[in-house]
Parts: sequence; C-alpha cells; structure tokens
Amino acid sequence: MPETRKDTIARLQQNILLWQGFKPPQAAQEQSFGLGVLEAAFPNGVFPTGAIHEFLVPGPESAAASGGFIGGLLAKLMGQQGICLWIGVSRKLFAPALKRFGVEPDRIIFVDLQNEKQVLWATEEALKCGGLAAVVAELRELSFAQSRRLQLAVETSRVTGFILRSDLQKVSSTTCVARWQIASMPSQAQMDIPVVGFPRWQVELLKVRNGNPGVFHIGWSADGFVPVLQDITGASEHLSTLKAG
Amino acid sequence: MLRRFVSIWFRHLSTDWLTIHRPFFKDKPLVFAEADHGRMIIRATNTLAEAEGLVHGMAVADARAVVPGLQVIDEKPGRNERLLKAIGEWCIRYSPIVAVDLPEGLILDAGGCTHLWGGEKKYLKEIITRLNAKGYDVRVSIADTIGAAWANARYGKQTPVIEPGAQYQMLKVLPSAALRLETDVLERLHKLGLYTIGSFMDMPRTVLRRRFGYGLLQRLDQALGREEEVMELLRPLETYEARLPCLEPVRTCTAIEIGIKTLLETLCADLKRDGQGLRAAVLKYYRLDGRVLQIDIGTNRPTYHISHLFKLFELKIAQVEPGLGIELFILTATKTEEAPLIQEALWAGKPGLEDDAVAELLDRLAGKVGPRAIHRYLPDEHFWPERSIKLAASLKEKPGIMWPTARPRPTQLLARPERIDTIAVIPDYPPKVFVYKGERHRIKCADGPERIEREWWLDEGEHRDYYIVEDEKGNRYWLFRSGHYDGQAYQWFIHGFFA
Repeated sequence: MPETRKDTIARLQQNILLWQGFKPPQAAQEQSFGLGVLEAAFPNGVFPTGAIHEFLVPGPESAAASGGFIGGLLAKLMGQQGICLWIGVSRKLFAPALKRFGVEPDRIIFVDLQNEKQVLWATEEALKCGGLAAVVAELRELSFAQSRRLQLAVETSRVTGFILRSDLQKVSSTTCVARWQIASMPSQAQMDIPVVGFPRWQVELLKVRNGNPGVFHIGWSADGFVPVLQDITGASEHLSTLKAG
Repeated sequence: MLRRFVSIWFRHLSTDWLTIHRPFFKDKPLVFAEADHGRMIIRATNTLAEAEGLVHGMAVADARAVVPGLQVIDEKPGRNERLLKAIGEWCIRYSPIVAVDLPEGLILDAGGCTHLWGGEKKYLKEIITRLNAKGYDVRVSIADTIGAAWANARYGKQTPVIEPGAQYQMLKVLPSAALRLETDVLERLHKLGLYTIGSFMDMPRTVLRRRFGYGLLQRLDQALGREEEVMELLRPLETYEARLPCLEPVRTCTAIEIGIKTLLETLCADLKRDGQGLRAAVLKYYRLDGRVLQIDIGTNRPTYHISHLFKLFELKIAQVEPGLGIELFILTATKTEEAPLIQEALWAGKPGLEDDAVAELLDRLAGKVGPRAIHRYLPDEHFWPERSIKLAASLKEKPGIMWPTARPRPTQLLARPERIDTIAVIPDYPPKVFVYKGERHRIKCADGPERIEREWWLDEGEHRDYYIVEDEKGNRYWLFRSGHYDGQAYQWFIHGFFA
C-alpha cells in the first residue's frame, strides 16, 4: 500500500507541475538549451518556457553579462523565424553583439519608452501577443501585483518573458518562475597568453519555483552554452565576496 | 443620378466683404482699384458706385470726377480666390461637391441634395437668404449643366430654376456673353450682329468652327449638356469615407465607441470589397460649438480588421474632447494600400515578422507611445561603431548585408564614449589600470588593438584604437585610445561592456 500511495503522490505532483506550465520530462531532449547541470535545477529537468524569468542586474557589467546569457537563450527560443521585443527606458544593448550568441539582430524589435509605467504596459501587451517568441523588459523594480499581471498574460499566450531588474534594494517576492543573477568570470587563459577568451559566467539561480536553487558556471563557445568543468579558485573567491556583500 | 448644378454669382464680392468687416463703407460709393500701365483702374464696385455709372475698367481719376466722395481701396491679387474658397468651405453644407469659379462665383453639384431642403426652389432660396444675411449680394441659378447655370445666374431674367432639359430654350434668349467666351470671339460675334445665343446656336457646326474657333463650340456644347465639364473640387472626394451624424449630440465614451465601431464597419466593408487595406485614417468630429477636431491612427501594414482598428482608436479615445457634444463623425481612410484577402486559416499565420499578430501589437504600441519609440536595426556598411547599424524603414525591410561577425562587439554600448584615467606600463599598449566612475580596474588580459579609422568624408577627428580588456573580476570592457600615442594629443575612453 505505501508503494501505491507514493506513486499517487508523485503523479499528482507531476500533474500540478504540468498545470503550472512546466513541461514533462519527455520534452527535455528536444528543447534542451544545452545548459547541462543547470537545467536539472528546474522541475522535470526542463528549462521553463512560456513563463517569466527575473534577472537581477545591479550594474552595466552585470547587464552586459545578462545580455549575453539571455542572447544565448533567445537564440534557442527564437529559432529561425521568431521575433523578440526588447522594451526599456534607457537601453544600452548594442544589437550587433547578439549575432555572436546566435540571434539575428534584425529580428529583435526595440521599444524605447519614457517611463516605467509605459514599460509595464508595453510588456503586458507584448506578453499577450502569441506571435512573439520572447519579450525582454528592463525595469527598475517589479512588485508582486505587477508580476502577477505579467504571469497571467503569459499563461494564455505561452510567450517567454525576461525581466531585467536594476534596483537590488527593492527586491520583493514575485510570481516569476526563477530569479537569476549573472556575473562574469575570468576567462580561461589559453596557453599562458594573456588574451581574452570566450565569455564565462557565474550563473546564480537565487530562486526556482519547485526547483533547486544553486550556483553554476557556464561558458559560451562558438557552438552554444558549455558547462565549465574545472573550477577556478579566483571564481570561488569572487563568490565568497559576493555572498558577504 | 440626375446631375444638377448650382451657380452662385457674387455681384459685389470684394466690396461686400469689406462692408461686412467695416460698416463705415456701408452708404458710401466704394471701388477697388489696381495699378495698370501707370493708371489706377477700377476692378470692383459696390451698388452705390454702380448707380453713379462707375464700371469695371474705368480709370479712378475719371471716376473721382464723377463721384467726388469716392472711396478707393487697393485691390490685392488672390483676395477673391481666398474669399471664394472660404465661402465654398461654408457651402459644403449644401453639397459635398463644391468648386471655385473665378473670378466671382461658386459651382455646387447639387444632384441628390435638393430634396433635403424640400425642393430646388427652397434650396436656392435657403442659399440666397443665408448669404444675404451675411451681407453678400448674390444671384443663383440651378440647371442641368454648369454652363447653363452660369449663364442664367448672370444674365437670366425669368426664373432661377431651369427644369431638366430646358437649357436650350433658356439659352436661346440670352446674350452671347452668357457663354463664357473669350473677348475677341465675343467682339467678332457682335461685329456680325450675333447678339443673342439663339442667333447662332443652330448654325452648322463647321461654319461656327471656321469663323470662331473650337472654343465657341466647346462652350456651347458644355452649356447644352453635350459635353461633360470638369471642375476642380475645393475638397477632393475621398474614396473611402464614412459619415455618422448623431441624432442627439453625444458626449460619453460609450457613445463615441459605438460611433467609431459603426463607422469602421462601413469603412472596412468598402475596403474589403475593393481588396484594399487601411494604412492611415483620420476621425474628424464636429462639435456643437462649431469646432472640428480630429484623431488619427496609423498601421504597419494594410488591414481592414475592424477589431484591430477599433483597438487603435480605443487608445486615442481619451484624447477626444467632446465639449458640449459631438454632432457628426467623419472617418476617412487617408492612406490605403492593396491588402491580400485573409484566408480563414486552420492554424495561426506565418511566424516571424510576417505575423499579423506582431504587426497589430506594434500598431497598438505605436498608437499609445508614438511610432518613434519603436526601433529595428539593420547592419550598415560602416566600421565606426555608432554608424554600424541603421534604423529599418519598415518591418519588411531585410538586411542588405550580412551582420558582421569578424570582430566581437560589446553587448552594452555607451551612447557616448566616456573618458577614463589610465596607467599604462608601456606606451602604445593597453593600460594596466583604469579608473571608471571612481572604481579602479586592474587589467588581467587584453585583446587588440583594433584600429577603426574615422570616415573623413563624414566627419573629422582622430582614429580609435580599440582594446577588449578583462579585469581581475572577469568583467570585460571595450576601451579605446583616441589618436596616436605621442605624449599629448591622445585620450582613453570606455565605450562598452562585453558579456
């Protein structure tokens, strides 16, 4: 009897996950983002699309790193034809850079607005539009009520949303499926020559709904995301300082 | 439809206008004069001056001798046309098709309009009464052709209403001048004793053409209705227009919404029938206080979707100022393009930039925040980073060249490079340390330089040597040195951040 009860609970949990928008494990192979271990942090081991992800970007360096990481995700989300909307107030993103991460920059439509209110309105409208592959919005802060509105919008349209939040002082709980913070990591020295290599990031999953938060090291190569195998001592030092701060 | 034309003749257009604005001239003989070959020649007179025997073309000096207290005003070229245009705009209430008939008349196409005033006689009476009340002395006539109406308004003595087909009888008794002829043709007619139209209108056409030229035949045909006459409309007719008069003046948001929906249904049905799509539209609303205001929308691609167009207008309804109430809405499609018929597809439309849902979303965004907020970039053939991208003109525009991938570009680019302080161990090398916004960055490794020359045919200045540098935390920056390293005329800048 305990056997069956366990099975029933597992099945019910699976059902809840499906209702919440997480995909079954079968989808894992075809929709893999190549993030390796990181994807295992999400329920069923699938990166949740059709949901809102939240990125903390305290400064321009962090914005640049997040831009690159999101670029890699967008390349997969947009595929051959998809369209992405990038909405913000003071956007600094330089479109041609995204080509390096596999995104055609001419398929991103930038909406540069006057204030946060307009950004929220435009983001909600965009998230309701099923014709888009993804929506990226740059905001200072996001309240719980605002995030719930965005979540309701994506639940019908299945558009993936990325919210870049710049104000770390006012981080409150939201309905977003995951909270990320991306920081750059020193690149790997190649044969002791001091040149700048491929980008490498320290990806911190601060919150994952129904998943396991953690810190991951991910690099970018010409073929896509690559997990960083051996840890560099410098990086862990950096991590400890970050935690202390 | 039966075509009926109204000709309005303003007998003393400019003098009446001046008297309305300056009642001082009301009971004084008044003429408008213009310098011609060193003399002042009378161009227009009022009734009093006319009674004294002053006529068009008389010298002012002679006129002054006849009428000592004569008021002379300088005639300004183009004044009549302006006046007639303004009165013509006002006359649009009687018919949408109004044309200016220089020098002192208006032509209205009244076909299908007169019954609204209870018949042609009442229609003309209304026009005369309203214009007289304003202070204009007018003669009016209605006939099947412009020529006949013109002739009867100026020379007719019987009735202003020429019954359909009766223009022949009417023209017969009128003087030759009623045909709008050139002066020399008229003189020739008079020389031959042909004072009335009836005296020559039945002559063989070949004879008339040989003696008086083709112009006479044309005028005759136009007056009799054998030849169509084209007029230049004061306000060109819009192909796609919908009007909605309100029984009661409306003020509420709901009423305006219903009005817009009704108009869109009419307009979109017309557009769909012709396979046209709307690109820009103007909604004019006429308020009770006489003001005409408008709101306009634009779309990214031709469409006749009522729900989509309504959403665009819905965003603008807040800007409508109904005042005391709106009595008339006019929706005009100012720009249309051919639109493909949309097939009722089983699955959603084409993906990507062709998707209608995306275009409709962008229309909504543009309607709320303005089209200038929406940008899409294409690669441009420049190496200079600020000029390496250009704005796409439309959603359909494809990149003309491949996106360059040879050199990495920063994900964050500062709109304007910012100065930094640097310490370099060896001149002409990337710096060892740089200070940006009060923070010291020790550089661990660097790539470069990538020299980008300034395009001298576009602007002047120093070239830039770009370095990609990485500090000890792993953050990557795009720095450049402006100018050659020679000890003085160079400066380091930060221009971007790499992922």
